[in-house]
Amino acid sequence: MVKNMKSIGAAVRDPGSTRRNKTGSWRTFKPVADKEKCIGCGICYLYCPDGCITLEYDPDYDYCKGCGICAEECPVKAITMERE
Amino acid sequence: MKGVDEKEYLAPGHRACAGCGATIAARLALKALGENTIAVSATGCLEVITTPYPETAWEIPWIHVAFENASAVASGVEGALKAQGKEDTNIVVFGGDGGTTDIGMQSLSGAMERGQNIIYICYDNEAYMNTGIQRSSSTPYGASTTTSPAGKESFGEDKFKKNMAAIMVAHGVPYVATACISHPQDLMAKVKKAAETPGPAYIHVLQPCATGWGYSPDKTVKLGKLAVDTHMWLLYEAVNGQIEVTVKPSQKLPVEEYLKAQKRFRHLDEEHIEIIQKFVDGQSKQFGLTE
Amino acid sequence: MVVKVISSAEAISEAVKLARPAVIPVYPITPQTKISEKLADYVADGELDSQYIRVESEHSAMSAAIGASGAGVRVFTATSSQGLAYMHEPVFAAAGMRLPIVMANANRALSAPINIWNDQQDSISERDSGWIQLFCETGQEAFDTVLQAYKIAENPEICVPVMVCVDGFILTHTVDPVELITQEEANEFLPPFEAVNAYLRTEDPMSLGTLADPDHYLEIRYELEQAINDSKALIEEVGKEYGDKFGRYYGLIEEYKSEDADIILVAMGSICGTIKDVIDEQREAGKKIGLIRVRSFRPFPKEALKEAVKDAKLAVLDKDISFSVGGALYSDVKSSVDNETYGYVLGLGGRDITPKDIEDIITKTENPTKDVEWIGLRE
Repeated sequence: MVKNMKSIGAAVRDPGSTRRNKTGSWRTFKPVADKEKCIGCGICYLYCPDGCITLEYDPDYDYCKGCGICAEECPVKAITMERE
Repeated sequence: MKGVDEKEYLAPGHRACAGCGATIAARLALKALGENTIAVSATGCLEVITTPYPETAWEIPWIHVAFENASAVASGVEGALKAQGKEDTNIVVFGGDGGTTDIGMQSLSGAMERGQNIIYICYDNEAYMNTGIQRSSSTPYGASTTTSPAGKESFGEDKFKKNMAAIMVAHGVPYVATACISHPQDLMAKVKKAAETPGPAYIHVLQPCATGWGYSPDKTVKLGKLAVDTHMWLLYEAVNGQIEVTVKPSQKLPVEEYLKAQKRFRHLDEEHIEIIQKFVDGQSKQFGLTE
Repeated sequence: MVVKVISSAEAISEAVKLARPAVIPVYPITPQTKISEKLADYVADGELDSQYIRVESEHSAMSAAIGASGAGVRVFTATSSQGLAYMHEPVFAAAGMRLPIVMANANRALSAPINIWNDQQDSISERDSGWIQLFCETGQEAFDTVLQAYKIAENPEICVPVMVCVDGFILTHTVDPVELITQEEANEFLPPFEAVNAYLRTEDPMSLGTLADPDHYLEIRYELEQAINDSKALIEEVGKEYGDKFGRYYGLIEEYKSEDADIILVAMGSICGTIKDVIDEQREAGKKIGLIRVRSFRPFPKEALKEAVKDAKLAVLDKDISFSVGGALYSDVKSSVDNETYGYVLGLGGRDITPKDIEDIITKTENPTKDVEWIGLRE
């Protein structure tokens, strides 16, 4: 659909298309969630700069840059950072 | 999550540094505003990282023109929406501290004075991060930046940061607030209030920046909390000029705890830390947080 | 048919009213202000339903125009001189973003020294901005050109902003009879604007003003170059359509007695009225002198010019200077044709241009000594 539309002046008619760029490749440490410990508070979800923690509190490794904010802020230490 | 829009309006895959505070600010603000929103960006980190042609991270309509004119661009968008009978659409502007407190000051002042119905959000990382950590008028006292470096004859920035919220209150802006990415519920509530306020609104959001401040990216939120808990950054709102503190930290930590966590302040000696502490104490008193 | 004796500032305002822009962001500057004041009157009196934004600078006037045009509505603004220089940055952005903004520019000298009088240095200095620049000779042409400008700018295949240039004071503040068209006629010639390439709609989100890296920038700029080249045919087409409807025809250039001329003067704007009078006298005296009036400075009418000049000697008149080179029109003409071409810089900062000056130029071109000369310099 996007291809048929004319795009001029560097307009981008493909909302959310940075999803094509998998920033997960930047990562050296990855967050791993322990669902047993998780209390579902949503703090990791709210703080994620890349909006790539699902509402089930699973990181989306396609985009997670491994910043570690979720692990740092988890009030029950349910997330640990593990080397890739 | 209860009360939080589950849709993402800023898609992942954007080029922000790991642990970017600016994207936390934008993401939360957009969740508060919802899909009936048009965003305007000033040139800066957020603009550069979100729209590498032919991609865009924005799920809502978005426009960027230049560094200093986002408020004027938004004024034009507002005019167009009025003409189209779409007055219920939110117009939110995102400008960094350089794009807001320095080069964008005139167009912001104009738009606010004219009473344009726009929500201006300054994401403040206290220097020109996009161009490489140069000093802005929002850079705090004592911070070492690439244009206010600490050295034998210098302790870094020698002025306290510009008080933008006060300047906006002086414009008669009906809703002015400060916020921090470490306090997402407070931030989102303020953005919602801003959207509900007829006429202009201004929110100044402090957002720690790992690259520019010199700390490990996982500490972005921690630094925000430290800024609030040391009273370096006060969270309040001014409704029609009436100031009310929205977050009262349970304990007031010494500023040193905030300063020592960042490379940009690491050179400061006791004397300068004392100057900052005194300044902060004065502010806390002024806002009724301490006796 | 309604004929009003009005200034070109008012003629432009009348045309803008007929074009029904949704948003008009403006900032005062002499000698443009008469246009924005008149538009303010129309809005205040309910004759024009536009959002009139009293911005705090010309930089913001163009920025707000971009915001509104980006949001998908018809926009008008006007400026002059320092104001145009101040909005230089967003002027480039408007073209790069391919937004069909129409702006009137009341041509005026640039500082320093500060000078509020007419020359064409201001818009000439925006030559490379990516705007179409149309220079008008009369108030009537200014009126007609504003309506055509929207039709050109808004063509979905073109999408390039248009600057309608009128000489400050000489045109903006002097009155002449101007034949107006009716709102019905205007609506038929220029239907309401429907944005297809750029808009900000929540139901179909688009990002405007993105960052293009070295992998993409060159192509995007080339597309603009192509659109501006393509606009040559459209300017002719729209000028003809307007002529067929209203009896006044326009194109890229106007040829005046140049067909058999030995010497052709090439110029832009109101000076062409004086030149035409001088040519008539010279013709009576048996001299074959002609004029080519360049109406479209950008796109530059290279092909039309090449065809029109034949093998005549050319004298190019510029109310602007590109220091150490000569006038901008002169260098463009010289690089477009193989004819013997001489440049004359005159009228800067509002210095009077008399028929005698034009006669001097003709004499100098008959016996040339210099490539470029400044006319009217005092000892």
